[in-house]
Amino acid sequence: MNPSIEVIRMAVDADGVATLTIDYPGKSMNVIDQSFMDSLSVCIDRVASDVAIRGAIITSGKDAFVAGADLLAMEANLDSVDNDPPAVAFEKYASLSRAIRRVETCGKPVVAAINGIAMGGGFELCLGCHWRVMADAPGVVVGLPEVQVGLLPGGGGTQRLPRMIGIMAAMPWLMEGKSANPAAALKAGLVNALAAPAELLSVAKAWLMGQPTATQPWDVKGFKIPGGGPTDARVAPGFVVANTMTLAATNGNMPAPLAIQSCLYEGTQLPIDKGLRIETKYLLDVATHSPVSRSMIRTLFINKGKAEKGMHRPAGFAPFKCRKLGMIGAGMMGGGIALVAAQRGIEVVLIDRDAEAAERGKGHARKVLSRQVEKGRMAQDKADGILARIQPATDYELLRDADMVVEAVFEDRAIKAEVTKRLDAVLPPTCVLATNTSALPISLLAKASARPDRFIGLHFFSPADRMPLVEVIRGQDTSDSTLAQALDFVAQLKKTPIVVNDARGFFTSRFIGAFIDDAIGMVAEGIAPALIEHCARQAGMPVGPLAITDELSIELSVHAGQAQAKEFPDTYQPGRSVPVLQRLYELGRLGKKVGRGFYDHGEQGKRIWSGLAELYPLRAEQPQLRDLRQRILYVQALDAAKAMAQGVLLSPADGDIGAILGVGFPAYTGGPFCFIDGIGLPAFVAEADRLAELFGEHLRPNDLLREMAAKGQTFYGRTARA
Amino acid sequence: MNETFIFDHARTPRGKGKPDGSLHEMTPVKLARVPLVALRERNHLDTRELSDVVMGCVAPVGEQGGNIARMAVLDADYDQSVPAIQINRYCGSGLEAVAMAAAPVMAGQADLAIGGGIEMMSRVPMGADGGAWAQDPQMSAKTHFVMQGISADLLASLRGHSRRDLDSYAAESHRRAARAWAEGRFDAAVVPVTDFIGLTLLARDETIRPDTTVDTLAALKPAFTDMGTKYGYDAVAQQVYPQVERIEHLHHAGNSSGIVDGAAAVLVGNAAAAQRLQLKPRARIRSFAAIGSEPTLMLDGPAKAARRALQRAGMAASDIDLWELNEAFSSVVLTMMEELNIPHERMNVNGGAIAMGHPLGATGAMILGTVLDELERSGKSTALVSLCVAAGMGSAMVIERV
Repeated sequence: MNPSIEVIRMAVDADGVATLTIDYPGKSMNVIDQSFMDSLSVCIDRVASDVAIRGAIITSGKDAFVAGADLLAMEANLDSVDNDPPAVAFEKYASLSRAIRRVETCGKPVVAAINGIAMGGGFELCLGCHWRVMADAPGVVVGLPEVQVGLLPGGGGTQRLPRMIGIMAAMPWLMEGKSANPAAALKAGLVNALAAPAELLSVAKAWLMGQPTATQPWDVKGFKIPGGGPTDARVAPGFVVANTMTLAATNGNMPAPLAIQSCLYEGTQLPIDKGLRIETKYLLDVATHSPVSRSMIRTLFINKGKAEKGMHRPAGFAPFKCRKLGMIGAGMMGGGIALVAAQRGIEVVLIDRDAEAAERGKGHARKVLSRQVEKGRMAQDKADGILARIQPATDYELLRDADMVVEAVFEDRAIKAEVTKRLDAVLPPTCVLATNTSALPISLLAKASARPDRFIGLHFFSPADRMPLVEVIRGQDTSDSTLAQALDFVAQLKKTPIVVNDARGFFTSRFIGAFIDDAIGMVAEGIAPALIEHCARQAGMPVGPLAITDELSIELSVHAGQAQAKEFPDTYQPGRSVPVLQRLYELGRLGKKVGRGFYDHGEQGKRIWSGLAELYPLRAEQPQLRDLRQRILYVQALDAAKAMAQGVLLSPADGDIGAILGVGFPAYTGGPFCFIDGIGLPAFVAEADRLAELFGEHLRPNDLLREMAAKGQTFYGRTARA
Repeated sequence: MNETFIFDHARTPRGKGKPDGSLHEMTPVKLARVPLVALRERNHLDTRELSDVVMGCVAPVGEQGGNIARMAVLDADYDQSVPAIQINRYCGSGLEAVAMAAAPVMAGQADLAIGGGIEMMSRVPMGADGGAWAQDPQMSAKTHFVMQGISADLLASLRGHSRRDLDSYAAESHRRAARAWAEGRFDAAVVPVTDFIGLTLLARDETIRPDTTVDTLAALKPAFTDMGTKYGYDAVAQQVYPQVERIEHLHHAGNSSGIVDGAAAVLVGNAAAAQRLQLKPRARIRSFAAIGSEPTLMLDGPAKAARRALQRAGMAASDIDLWELNEAFSSVVLTMMEELNIPHERMNVNGGAIAMGHPLGATGAMILGTVLDELERSGKSTALVSLCVAAGMGSAMVIERV
């Protein structure tokens, strides 16, 4: 507690109206922390006790009102173990809720003048005021986004919002965490009025000078929740449906949505003070009894932000800005990258072997943009402008003044080598050549170049215009300045980079490969395909491993394996999936494109091919659901630990961000390293050993994990700060 | 254990459980009164001899709330000294009420009691009593709550029942129920319902459709497809049964039990009571049992409950002449026949709830009476009555003719 920081300034005018201006010293945004709460208490105490004050306006001295809790400050506590007895922990978690309750029960009317973004605890403070007026300006939004980082609004949001607008109306705002612009906020009843920014304070004051109430509706005797309480016949069926929909969507992996529903169900049956207690209990439970919120905050907020700010960018190189991009290969990937670049104002020369192919690549961009225009998300002239920046071509000569080149031709070393040689002949000496590949070693591809120091891997994900991740692969000879330039380029594209060292499959491809390979191996073990698919989905994978293999084509998988065997005869080790894929391939079951793979694909959807059970008879005793779910998550976490031991990863953060944003590892885990840390190294190692006994040696933990467990270490150490 | 007998039983006809149902205009307490009055009058019962009246009721709220059994006892002009209690084991309630009436007799704490049940689904709809199971987010998640129809479809999917299997069974239920009525097999048990001015509201079960065939049923649309696929219930069920690739939605209004109004009562007691009151023991209660099972699948309890009851009685499934299992859904009956190797000729010989409906709190007592009458008609000896029960339970009772 540091009461010396004056987070909130207070001034009282001649009419007795106090203005409480939140203006956190030394910060660009107001955030909620202990100093904020202390300052609020001091101000409200004075409002309550000073007879000269008739009421108060709470507003902000910054552009935003209050952005929410200080997640960065929370980082310091991510690894701390709470051993507080329940009563002590409860008091800690109740602090914001208590402070806001004090605002609404101070006996004087308080109005929130929402001059800018009010999120999370900031908006909860507004809900604790007796009236809310919101600045009607672009960019001003209110919302309760806590669920998105695995938390719930703990400042009374789950109790006041349903008491204001009804339980079922409140549920989506709490469960989805969406924000509302002024019009939407007024319509939904999140605020009472809108005002032009310049008139915000005068509108607030006018309300105070009128007939303001200093009592919330829920503090008036006989209060009834609009639309009925949770057991009311009009509301109860809504819970029945919402409960199931939530479980279906979360598979029980996310504690926050369920906790929010329980806050609504239990809390709204009670007087507000008891309801707030219920909310505090669920907040405490979600925050301390499950690693989900910690993991999500760490990876999706803190570390993603660091990656985007260039945590691996070598220092000492001038910022690079790409004005002209050479994009070689106008397929799905090339077309997608060209589109992203053009959207960011970069001139793109989109090159393919013939004009028709190059034009097709631009066609992809045209299609995406026209859909945006149709949906009213983009103006036609803006779309035209973007499209005009993409120049389809066949002539490498156009690249003589390129700032950067990305090559995304067919994944074949010989073809890539030929393109590299042609580029070497025309590119300016400083121009970085980035190759887009999902698996081929960069150092090997760089051998085709006369300037391997300017050669780097940029692994985009398909569709490139929507997938946020770029895996940056540093080859043996890649220079620091090349890495810096590549990272600046990725930042210019507004993508999230991770930086990894060169190895077959880098990080993301090998990581997802470990999962797919093991899952297909399960088929050969006689594990029921439906069980494999459902367990994977229920563990949080976006698509079942057999379905995705069909989707990507069994034929391609087999060919890729053969190419690897040919390319690396000494080191190639066929995975567990290879014999299964080979067998299906030989039977002409090439994947979804021919309608036959692990599934029969028909107009009525897909059904698992009945013949599969004849090729691989089902084990009489199928594994337990929990064991299989564990195996699916562990096999990938174990592979991530291997990649770490092999030096592929520079930091656990790269692995976690890449796993979630690149290849669909479940977000609730925070990525494989947060997952391992969350379980605890000793428990993780013990469980992996148990799974190895059940399913095979490939689930044994490596030496790194055993050593870390023995030494009591975690991947993130005390905090996520590198 | 004191030998405990069934002396008599009575039930109302089952009326369609909708606003156009014939019983809809009567209050639940008046309907519950009907079988109680019948038992009193038929047996010239000195009701002071009754130690208790136990009645099942599954939605015991509103006009069915507050211990409807006691109100029914008073309304039936039983002596004021007769206590009463309402119980709820969901669909098993009617049979459990008989078991709970019989248990003190067996234990030597009573001589004579009545077990039965009441449910007017047209007036107090299913689910009107709310409850934590579906509504409380914590319990819904913990139990992987799904609607019962989803459980029925899951059961059919797990066991490989086809739509035709289910519909064939359903059509036969209607045929058998119609035959039973035509041959007067229900005449002794069913008490026509008359109102307070003497109008007969209903004398026969209202929902039987003798012309039902597999082909007419084939036209009906599955009832639970949208619930399963759009509202997440299939996904939740598959979280517990991930080996099921897809839940086949096969049940519909025609191969599921009907929603109806009805009440029933069974008079039980010991030899002393029989002698004192000149009551004729018709069957002895050999055993009864209730079990709990996995709540998402929910409906596979009958075979488990039956095995436990048989074990209690020291009997094997092959010792049972006639089986009576509540036809909650076709797949429930097919499953039990498969699990205990029961031929269809000996299962539900006079039809069941698919044809005649399932008044939740009363059905157990009704079908107990039905199978006792059939044992007597066909000259057989032993029967096992069972019901699947919501939230993963099962109830069963073994009786033997005296």
